[in-house]
Amino acid sequence: MAFRAALRRALGLAPFLVVLLVLTACAHEYPQSTLNPKSDFTRMIDGVFMQTVYWATGVFVLVEGALLWAVIKFRGKPDDPEPAQTHGNTKLEILWTIIPALLLAMISVPTVRAIFKTYEEPSGPDIVRVNVTGHQWWWEFHYPQYGVTSANELHVPVGKTVFLEMNAFDVLHSFWMPQLGAKRDVFPNRITTLWFRADSAGFYPGQCAEFCGTQHGKMAFHVAAESQADFEAYMKGLQATGVVAAAGDSARAKADSSSRAGTTTASLAAQSATTPDTMAGKKLFASKGCIGCHSLNAVKFSKGLIGPNLSDVGSRHYIAAGTLPNTDENLAHWIQHPWSVKHGVLMPELGLTQADARTLAAYLRTHTGK
Amino acid sequence: MSDATHALALEHPTSTGIDTRKLAIWTFIGSECLFFASLISTYLVFRGKVIQHGVGPFPHDPWTSPTGQHFDPILEIKLVTVGTALLLFSSLFVVIALNGAQRNRRGQFLSFLGLTIMCGIFFVGMQVYEFTHFVHEGLKLQTNLFGASFFTLTGFHGTHVTIGVIWLITMFILGVRGKVPPGKALNLELAALYWHFVDVVWIVIFPVVYLMK
Amino acid sequence: MATTVIDHAPARAHAAKTGIWSWITTVDHKRIGILYGATAFGFFLMGGIEALLLRIQLGRPDNTFLSPETYNQLFTMHGTTMIFLAVMPLSAMFFNFFIPLLIGARDVAFPRLNAFSYWVFLLGGLFLNSGFLFGAAPNDGWFGYANLTSNQYSPGLNVDFWMIGLQILGIASLAAGVNFFVTVINLRAPGMKLMRMPVFVWMSFITQVLILLAFPVITVALILVMFDRFFGTHFYIPSAGGDPLLWQHLFWIFGHPEVYILILPSFGIVSEILPVFSRKPLFGYAAMVFSGIFIAFLSFGVWSHHMFATGMGPIADTAFSLTTMLIAIPTGVKIFNWIGTMWGGSIQAKTPMYFCVGFIAMFIIGGLSGVMHASPPADLQQTDTYFVVAHFHYVLFGGSIFALTGGAYYWWPKMFGRMLSEKLGKVHFWLMLIGFNLTFFPMHFVGLLGMPRRVYTYPAGLGFDIYNQIETAGAFFLLVAFLVFLWNIYVTWRKPADAPADPWNGATLEWAIPSPPPEFNFAEIPTVRSRDPLWETKRQHGGRLPEPARVSGAGIHMPNPSFWPVLAAAGVTAVFVSLMLLPKLGPAGVVVAVLFLFFSVFKWAFEPA
Repeated sequence: MAFRAALRRALGLAPFLVVLLVLTACAHEYPQSTLNPKSDFTRMIDGVFMQTVYWATGVFVLVEGALLWAVIKFRGKPDDPEPAQTHGNTKLEILWTIIPALLLAMISVPTVRAIFKTYEEPSGPDIVRVNVTGHQWWWEFHYPQYGVTSANELHVPVGKTVFLEMNAFDVLHSFWMPQLGAKRDVFPNRITTLWFRADSAGFYPGQCAEFCGTQHGKMAFHVAAESQADFEAYMKGLQATGVVAAAGDSARAKADSSSRAGTTTASLAAQSATTPDTMAGKKLFASKGCIGCHSLNAVKFSKGLIGPNLSDVGSRHYIAAGTLPNTDENLAHWIQHPWSVKHGVLMPELGLTQADARTLAAYLRTHTGK
Repeated sequence: MSDATHALALEHPTSTGIDTRKLAIWTFIGSECLFFASLISTYLVFRGKVIQHGVGPFPHDPWTSPTGQHFDPILEIKLVTVGTALLLFSSLFVVIALNGAQRNRRGQFLSFLGLTIMCGIFFVGMQVYEFTHFVHEGLKLQTNLFGASFFTLTGFHGTHVTIGVIWLITMFILGVRGKVPPGKALNLELAALYWHFVDVVWIVIFPVVYLMK
Repeated sequence: MATTVIDHAPARAHAAKTGIWSWITTVDHKRIGILYGATAFGFFLMGGIEALLLRIQLGRPDNTFLSPETYNQLFTMHGTTMIFLAVMPLSAMFFNFFIPLLIGARDVAFPRLNAFSYWVFLLGGLFLNSGFLFGAAPNDGWFGYANLTSNQYSPGLNVDFWMIGLQILGIASLAAGVNFFVTVINLRAPGMKLMRMPVFVWMSFITQVLILLAFPVITVALILVMFDRFFGTHFYIPSAGGDPLLWQHLFWIFGHPEVYILILPSFGIVSEILPVFSRKPLFGYAAMVFSGIFIAFLSFGVWSHHMFATGMGPIADTAFSLTTMLIAIPTGVKIFNWIGTMWGGSIQAKTPMYFCVGFIAMFIIGGLSGVMHASPPADLQQTDTYFVVAHFHYVLFGGSIFALTGGAYYWWPKMFGRMLSEKLGKVHFWLMLIGFNLTFFPMHFVGLLGMPRRVYTYPAGLGFDIYNQIETAGAFFLLVAFLVFLWNIYVTWRKPADAPADPWNGATLEWAIPSPPPEFNFAEIPTVRSRDPLWETKRQHGGRLPEPARVSGAGIHMPNPSFWPVLAAAGVTAVFVSLMLLPKLGPAGVVVAVLFLFFSVFKWAFEPA
């Protein structure tokens, strides 16, 4: 009866607590887990969280235990004598008012400390600043110190504090990086901020966490935390897309002299500018209207473009805001039938042929931002 | 209000000694306080921001548009002050009318109730004039945040005043027909309480909108 | 043939007591309670089916069972339905049927206003759901954040149905709020001081205060979004200086008291059932009452804990974090008092008791995850994830629904004269407990593992799959539990209505009158001398009381049935619908609707006794 009820309840719930602790260890299986802090910011948050978990577990065991005990020990039969008709116990009631208050006070101290820390604007010479803008349904990243813009893949250097100043283009979104920066909502009419310093290199997934319309469910992004050198190279690559675009077909003449990589931007640009396929792709990009919503130039582009900047789309790991791995086939499919991937997305079904889609995909593939 | 409710209320002496219907109107008034508090808060939230966005006209400041169109401050304090004074006096008048109804002084009851109604009608008329004047001057609901929050706040208040006037006119007609003897004076008291509430809300709105700069 | 003189006044006194018309024109609080319950039950079924569809879609990664557009409509309607059309009116069923009985009154203060509230609720609920007929059910979440709800980003009728539907429902709640507030203050039987009232009456009374103070705020919030959508204002439009955050503040100033509106009646139900089935009084009556008052007061000071991720600044975050932790204290006190009630008692293993013990166990979990949310740094990971979904389902389903179900089993004999089957009740309980935990416990984990909420699908490879599979299986478990309950109701209906007046050895006044009660409730209004008046009386008579006789009630004047509340309800609905039809009918439509409403109100006001 009630005894078995209580017992089964206890047995049912205990394993889950064990699972929780086990899960914190299984990092690789849960790439988006909040239980695997990989930055100073999330480690601080995790510290506060784990304190609440310990207290909550303690209270859980005590109170559910008391409930269980009461239900087992005091089970009765209909013809049992009437039990003592106690109305209360003032001392006990005062005690069990004060004790929870004390427990909460204990949680509140690290909480308040952490609250103030989360709002600090980091200071120092080595801060990397990024402006994040949430769009329906993709993420824009602008690096003001480098004058470049990209989308859906945020690059940051390991070991340096990154300061994000964020807003939204259209409606409310929320920028959630579980391992690096927790989350902060973004608004069209104000700036919100986050900061973090990534511990180690890695490719960290994140997702929009504020319902923002039809495709809120497919508005992911990734954070590529990389060495300082790789980060600088990435920035230079994006900057070069500005040079390439400005120079047009005579990119060979305006080679990027500070390029460190073996393959210079100029030579790639030279390649891309001259092969017949890429010429066809470039024509389609303009004639099919892609150019109305997307820019291939990370440095200079019209304000208010509603599509992501594609300057380095060829080398991104994912497309469609973290929805599809960036293979040639996926890219062509996404271009040809965006609504079959993300129904209701702002990129229209243009009625492209498969050949056209493939040509465009190949053209975009050459835009690697390297 | 009606005989039906009256019957049930009489059947059972009340736990507090206060008439059930009077308690109900106070409860309703308490709830309505939150309604107007939210509207007034919304007005206050936008008050500082108004002139930074959108186009004129604005309540207290003159403004010239980039194309050279000039707007004077749009609020006409003098007229509204008269309306406010009349609304305040109308609360006094309805108290005197209620006193007349309670003491079976028909002349006092009906004449002061009539005065109350006239003050109410003047107030609503003043608001209608003010609204139409504003629209002519270029301030509509959609023009800017001041237009939006002003018309919404004062419009809802004005609607409440109108409903109060209708209620009071109903009581007047009943009074003329002899249907408000001292035993039924409570019916007028309920209307009067609502009327006082509508007045008190205006006492908050008037300084917030018209006097505070 | 003799001529018949028709005298209308007596004819009304002999109005039919059976048939549809008697139900439509009823002003009897007991019938209105049953109407609320049946309607709410229907909406609860709808909300449950909506949930089942959501769970099927989420049962597999990258599933295509539902399009994102359909999914967004279903999750919006699931939330809106469960909150406004299921839990609130199920509580209202008990307010209606039992508040007058528990305080020793013959009816509520304003019986026709009571009927009006029900009909407005029915029409509002139907209107809200009528969006489905147009393929345009509300789709921006039950919380409808601006500026997604603006015309620019939500063209179409979806948000209009939502705004207007909620406004209509708000009128129903406010009218009932006035009614029950005044009833409890003014219609108590002689001797029933406030501190002698049953705790269910106290909690319900406090709930009415919350309704009266919170609903006007959402009314204004909705008026502003309606003006933005219909009249081109810019309250929430950032490009014109408006602020989407204003919506959040107004909504949550309503929204947080709303969740206490959802749980306080359940606290009251549990506080009635536990003493009866522990055979000793409620432990710490005064603490129970004052903690409820304190919770209600504080509930207006915590609203921005729903906004910890919006970057309000450290001072605001700290203030709301501290008030939120503070509100956990009176809540905890209640849990300890309930355990204290059972402690040292003689616990009877009956179905209502099972559901109440289940309530306490589940509410503890929901409360603890709530305390975790109270810490903004921790909440920066938890908010907008499935961890929150777990939290509020533990308090609303594990809490409210379990308690309301317990209340149904407890009060069924009084309402319908029949006892629900104990055997089926226990099966129902176990299936519901297991199904509930299967569905919602994994959500704690999958939320912490990175699954955001309000997403129509998720990719494979993030580790969410197994949790979602278990949750979906749990949902089907719940479906079976619910079917068992329906079966129980059906077989009980087939039984004769011969339940005794006092099957549980109850402590409160409703068990002193026949099951179901006569129209006038009490043959004689009792005088109350204790918090447990019926136990007191039984003690004085040396044991159980004889079955009360069914008396005729001649000479007791009960209010006549009336059609005007129905018409006025239609008038209110018509006014709001005419606003939505402004493009088609213009202001004339609104004028006609308003005149219709005024007409029905005047007829109501001048209706003879």
